[in-house]
Amino acid sequence: MSMIEFHNVEKYYGKFHALTDINLTIEKGETVVLIGPSGSGKSTLIRTINGLESINSGQLVVNGFDLASKKTNMNKIRREVGMVFQHFNLYNNKSVLENIMLAPRVVLGRKDDENKKVAMELLDLVGLADKAESMPSMLSGGQKQRIAIARSLAMHPKCILFDEPTSALDPEMIDDVLNVMKKIAKDSSMTMVVVTHEMGFAREVGDRVIFMDEGQILEDDQAKEFFDGQPSNERARQFLSKIIKH
Amino acid sequence: MINIIASHGSELLSGLGQTVLCSVIALFFSLIIGSMFAIFEVLPSKVLHTIGRIYVEVVRNIPLLVVTMFFYIVIPQYVASINGFVAGTIGLTIYTSAFIAETVRAGIQSVSGGQMEAARSNGMTYWQAMRYIVLPQAFKIVIPPLGNQFINLVKNSSVLAFVAGFDLMYVGNDIASTSFDTINSYLVVGVMYLIITMPLSYYMRYLEKRTNRGAA
Ligand SMILES: Nc1ncnc2c1ncn2[C@@H]1O[C@H](COP(=O)(O)OP(=O)(O)OP(=O)(O)O)[C@@H](O)[C@H]1O
Ligand SMILES: [Mg+2]
Repeated sequence: MSMIEFHNVEKYYGKFHALTDINLTIEKGETVVLIGPSGSGKSTLIRTINGLESINSGQLVVNGFDLASKKTNMNKIRREVGMVFQHFNLYNNKSVLENIMLAPRVVLGRKDDENKKVAMELLDLVGLADKAESMPSMLSGGQKQRIAIARSLAMHPKCILFDEPTSALDPEMIDDVLNVMKKIAKDSSMTMVVVTHEMGFAREVGDRVIFMDEGQILEDDQAKEFFDGQPSNERARQFLSKIIKH
Repeated sequence: MINIIASHGSELLSGLGQTVLCSVIALFFSLIIGSMFAIFEVLPSKVLHTIGRIYVEVVRNIPLLVVTMFFYIVIPQYVASINGFVAGTIGLTIYTSAFIAETVRAGIQSVSGGQMEAARSNGMTYWQAMRYIVLPQAFKIVIPPLGNQFINLVKNSSVLAFVAGFDLMYVGNDIASTSFDTINSYLVVGVMYLIITMPLSYYMRYLEKRTNRGAA
């Protein structure tokens, strides 16, 4: 069974057609990079995967759950599908450690000893063990984002969605975050869907690159083909040449 | 002023007592009712949202005296016989709850939507996200404006004087009309209100400072 399957998915915001006939299958363990111009629907697409946005028609199956069905319990999907946001969204009223431990405790009922052990291991993984007791407001953007990643990982998800995780960061912090993401991507069991224009990252750990424009998927290639050959779609080619020049 | 205090001390104290009692009771219930309607207003449910909106808009746009008179006249006629103190306290509670609902709603909505989204994406239910993430942050934001509501509540409790609630204002009216020393009577009453509200005001300022430091 695939991790994520879109079949003829349509999404409207009022009259605005945000996603048009999306067909997409993402296998377990794959790292998929989603690119496209601003307003093309990348955020909308990735947010439908954990039900932050609902779909209007078509079929969307994530981790075996049918998201189009009203009976599906979204909380169950979200336990196994984490999300990392452009603006981090750390819990402002909680320390770093509590940010990581809260959901495992209240959602999974993980006991404190175990919970803290997992959290400290993850802080080590993201290189911020010394920040365990800090409040989010005392961290830099790059540090916040690494904590947000640790917070997602603490739920032991099968899949993590990243919506432009480095685009709100100062350039010198981007690599710290990308390096953590690369570590995760190399774990072959984790499925990752990443909206990013960091083509170095896409080239190094991406399995596939998807190009969207105006709510449609125009290109869906193996990363190798995408970068070494040429995207067959004209707009994708233009877009790629623009972001690589920068 | 000294004369008034000397000759009417016990009445004034009992009036002060009624005012404090009414304020504390009204505070307690208006916090509960107000928070409930505030939560109605932020819930995804359209029906509850509408109920909350209507309640707030209707109640806070009617003068306090009218709300209070309504309870003073309607309840004894159709429900149960209650005295002016009870009617006045109910009126004050209902009236204040609408303002508290507004304050708490604004507090909840000023917590960035990203906090709720992050908590939901982390697997928490709506209520877990509210309880652990959104409401604690809203509470901090809401303390100073709520403090103002409490102070208004104490002052507004003078409405009891109109429905024979035997509060401070009522006693003040009484003394003024019997002693003919109107100016001094109301001066004493004013000072006694200050005795309640000034400490509240300072305490709120202290709380505000403390939470600002804590939130760093
Ligand atoms: N809640 C909403 N209500 C109405 N329109 C929306 C909403 N969210 C997004 N849109 C519109 O849907 C389109 C796609 O938005 P989306 O955020 O998915 O784009 P994006 O590809 O992520 O862009 P960016 O690179 O700027 O983040 C845009 O035209 C946007 O204005
Ligand atoms: Mg976006």
